[in-house]
Amino acid sequence: MSMMNSFTELMQDRKDSAPPKGSKALPVKFQTADLSFFYGDHQALVDVDLSIPERSVTALIGPSGCGKSTFLRTLNRMNDIIEGARLTGKVTLEGRDIYEPDVDVVVLRKRVGMVFQKSTPFPKSIFDNVAYGPRIAGTKNKAELKRIVEESLKRAALWDEIKDRLHDSALALSGGQQQRLCIARALATNPDVILMDEPASALDPASTSRIEDLIFELKENYTIVIVTHNMQQAARISDWTAFFYQGKLIEVDRTQQLFTKPKKKETEDYITGRFG
Amino acid sequence: MNASETDFSRHLARRHRLGRIFGGICLVSTWFGIIALGLLLAGVVWKAAGWLNWSFLTSYDSRFPEKAGILAAMWGSFWLIVFTILITVPVGVGAAIYLEEFATEGRLTRLIQVNLANLAGVPSIVYGILGLTLFVRTLGLGRSVIAGALTLSLLVLPVVIVSAQEALKAVPASLRHASLALGATQWQTVRHQVLPASIPGILTGVILAVSRAIGETAPLVMIGALTYLAFTPGDIESPLHLVTRADGLGKVPLDSYTALPIQIFNWVSLPQTEYQHVAAAGILVLLVILLVLNGAAIFIRQRSQKHSRW
Amino acid sequence: MAESIHPPPSLTKRFTVSRLKERLIRLVLLVCALLSIATTLGIIYVLFTEAVYSFGDDPAFFQEVSLSQFLLDTEWTPQYEGDRHFGIWPLLGGTLLVAGLAGLVGLPVGLLSALYLSEYASWRVRGLLKPVLEILAGVPTVVYGYFALVFVTPYVLRPVFRDWLGFDVDIFNALSAGVVVGIMILPMVSSLSEDALRAVPKTLREAGYALGSTKFDVSTRIVLPAASSGIVASFLLAVSRAMGETMAVTIAAGQSPTLTLNPFKSVMTMTAYIVNISQGDTPTGSIEYESLYAVALTLFLITLAMNVISQRVLRRFREVYQ
Repeated sequence: MSMMNSFTELMQDRKDSAPPKGSKALPVKFQTADLSFFYGDHQALVDVDLSIPERSVTALIGPSGCGKSTFLRTLNRMNDIIEGARLTGKVTLEGRDIYEPDVDVVVLRKRVGMVFQKSTPFPKSIFDNVAYGPRIAGTKNKAELKRIVEESLKRAALWDEIKDRLHDSALALSGGQQQRLCIARALATNPDVILMDEPASALDPASTSRIEDLIFELKENYTIVIVTHNMQQAARISDWTAFFYQGKLIEVDRTQQLFTKPKKKETEDYITGRFG
Repeated sequence: MNASETDFSRHLARRHRLGRIFGGICLVSTWFGIIALGLLLAGVVWKAAGWLNWSFLTSYDSRFPEKAGILAAMWGSFWLIVFTILITVPVGVGAAIYLEEFATEGRLTRLIQVNLANLAGVPSIVYGILGLTLFVRTLGLGRSVIAGALTLSLLVLPVVIVSAQEALKAVPASLRHASLALGATQWQTVRHQVLPASIPGILTGVILAVSRAIGETAPLVMIGALTYLAFTPGDIESPLHLVTRADGLGKVPLDSYTALPIQIFNWVSLPQTEYQHVAAAGILVLLVILLVLNGAAIFIRQRSQKHSRW
Repeated sequence: MAESIHPPPSLTKRFTVSRLKERLIRLVLLVCALLSIATTLGIIYVLFTEAVYSFGDDPAFFQEVSLSQFLLDTEWTPQYEGDRHFGIWPLLGGTLLVAGLAGLVGLPVGLLSALYLSEYASWRVRGLLKPVLEILAGVPTVVYGYFALVFVTPYVLRPVFRDWLGFDVDIFNALSAGVVVGIMILPMVSSLSEDALRAVPKTLREAGYALGSTKFDVSTRIVLPAASSGIVASFLLAVSRAMGETMAVTIAAGQSPTLTLNPFKSVMTMTAYIVNISQGDTPTGSIEYESLYAVALTLFLITLAMNVISQRVLRRFREVYQ
């Protein structure tokens, strides 16, 4: 019960103590229906029905192996590259099933960006890292690229720190800076959705806090889905939280509700630390 | 009790002695190869002493051993290698890229891999027969540099492909994932991320293939590399001529040629004992070239290991 | 940027130049990969049409010479106008003799080296000795032939076997070629056998030591048997390589096709015969010339069989330990 109390305190400390935008529901960005996912014979997701509202932060929580990362990767079809992976059910982006055969996966991934757990800057300069996405999409104009790079780095709250060394190697940056670089890189393709798979788990608390602040700012303009094993983090920054367990979606609710008055027993057990 | 204990300790002493003798035999065996190598090098150097000089490097072959040189053979080998590289690198790296980045785990892929392993074990003279029938006769290329290069390319292609595959495999998957997640196509990912990162490994593989190709004699004998030649392909006799006799460059591919190992083979086969010295000088040149090549490969590998920062 | 006025790009696949380029590139790469298969098919085709069944005017070898003649006759004299024999045995015997001698030299020495490097040598010693052995593998075969003819026969074989022991040693003999080919395949045996030995898990060795075994016991009674199929695979590959060797035997073993077990005599291997014919004035299309292909086909089939068996053995070995 003391866990619940600490969450209640967290809720009161939340930055946006104002009620969520609009009392009516936000339009749905992603919607999954009866989504099941298989790695070969192993079933990783079981009949998941989840709506992701736009311009908000949805957190996916659950113990290791519950399928939350797998779910995240179905949203930008990154699971396609795994041999033996297949899925049944529907995943729709603004009403369009993204697994239809005539969907261009390349365009999908430009619209749905991803930041990985371990930052993976390319062994190139900071500028070339951020410019990579626009370049391969066809943007060749140097002035345009410079503008995009600057804007992306500003939005990722990294510009001021590195604006004088844009052409230095990206590998020379610190861990937290590299992760913000990866966020800038994802922003450069002008996505509407940003997927984050435990983006701060490899970082120290100060960098983590900066990333969390960043996510807060970004949700003004982007739909964000974040996988995290850190419940406090989910409580701090997300608007909606979905709890996964053994491949099933157990409960999804406004963060405030889920953490203080969970409806399912498994959710309560997880939140209060009785397992996982 | 006592008797068996002394039995055991006597037996043990013998076991230990046996073990030491065995260890010694193994050590000797290991050194056997190294000593053989040393004797070989010493012998070659001894025979070549006094015969390896500047005029040797700049003269043509001759009926007189004292005047014989490897100019034609050096240039022939040079052009062979240049064309072999031009052929095997795109094809070999392309095949490796397909196998590592694009192919699915299907029967075709496995067939190709098994096939590559088998090709590596085919005697080099069989490649010569293939080259003779296909390039010299059917395609009518005759005893030309390009026919030789094509034949050598077929021979060393498996080496290039396998090395390139290893180099591509060494690039971490996270790099590919990051690129794909940004909306890059597979080819864009390969071209902009994977390939640049694997260049040192590919380069090492190419050098390995070149080392192999330079020393190959049997296939070239089959397709008719001439043994007694008093001219170089395209009449280019010195590095300066690459510029001054540039019109000869166009003639090079279809010109006749000889190669270092062919020339050595010829000299070894001649009855006069003086030619043994000439052959030794040629062997020394060949070995030095190989040494430089392999040194370069080691250098590249070490430098890339120092620089790889992921 | 998300508030830009342009609507997000449509998800539908569209026929664009870049998509076409992507498919084209994929096709080109596939062709490159298929080229290796084309090479194998080319080899098979050439050997088949010249040796077994010809689609053209000139008859293939086996259309004029019967298989039983080829396999049972013990003389090989395709050039004797009046009395032509096409028995493969002199050539096959030459190849087998040289390869056998090479095996006698290279296999045990290679295996013992592998044992030393894997079980006895320290990390640093291994790092020094292994590259040196690799150099042996990189020496061109003409150099080995030279070494055999100019050094091994006059300075080793003749003094020992002729002057001291009284045997008759030809200038060109199978033993000199066998010895150098053995040295040539030594690094291959050593490296592959070492891989097999190292694949044996440490736990097996530790169990042996815990039972009070000496290093000799562990190496010979535990590790060696456990790695045996990997070692056998390496032996097969090395002997196959020895059989396919051309230049060293052409230079050192001789040019006279005689069926003999005497290592001091001059013999002719299959590979040396092929070189011999191609360098001579034999008219193409004639039966003597076609005999080249028959010999090549035999060599190809034998080495292919050994390689395939070796790979199968190796695969089974890997399944156990990996």
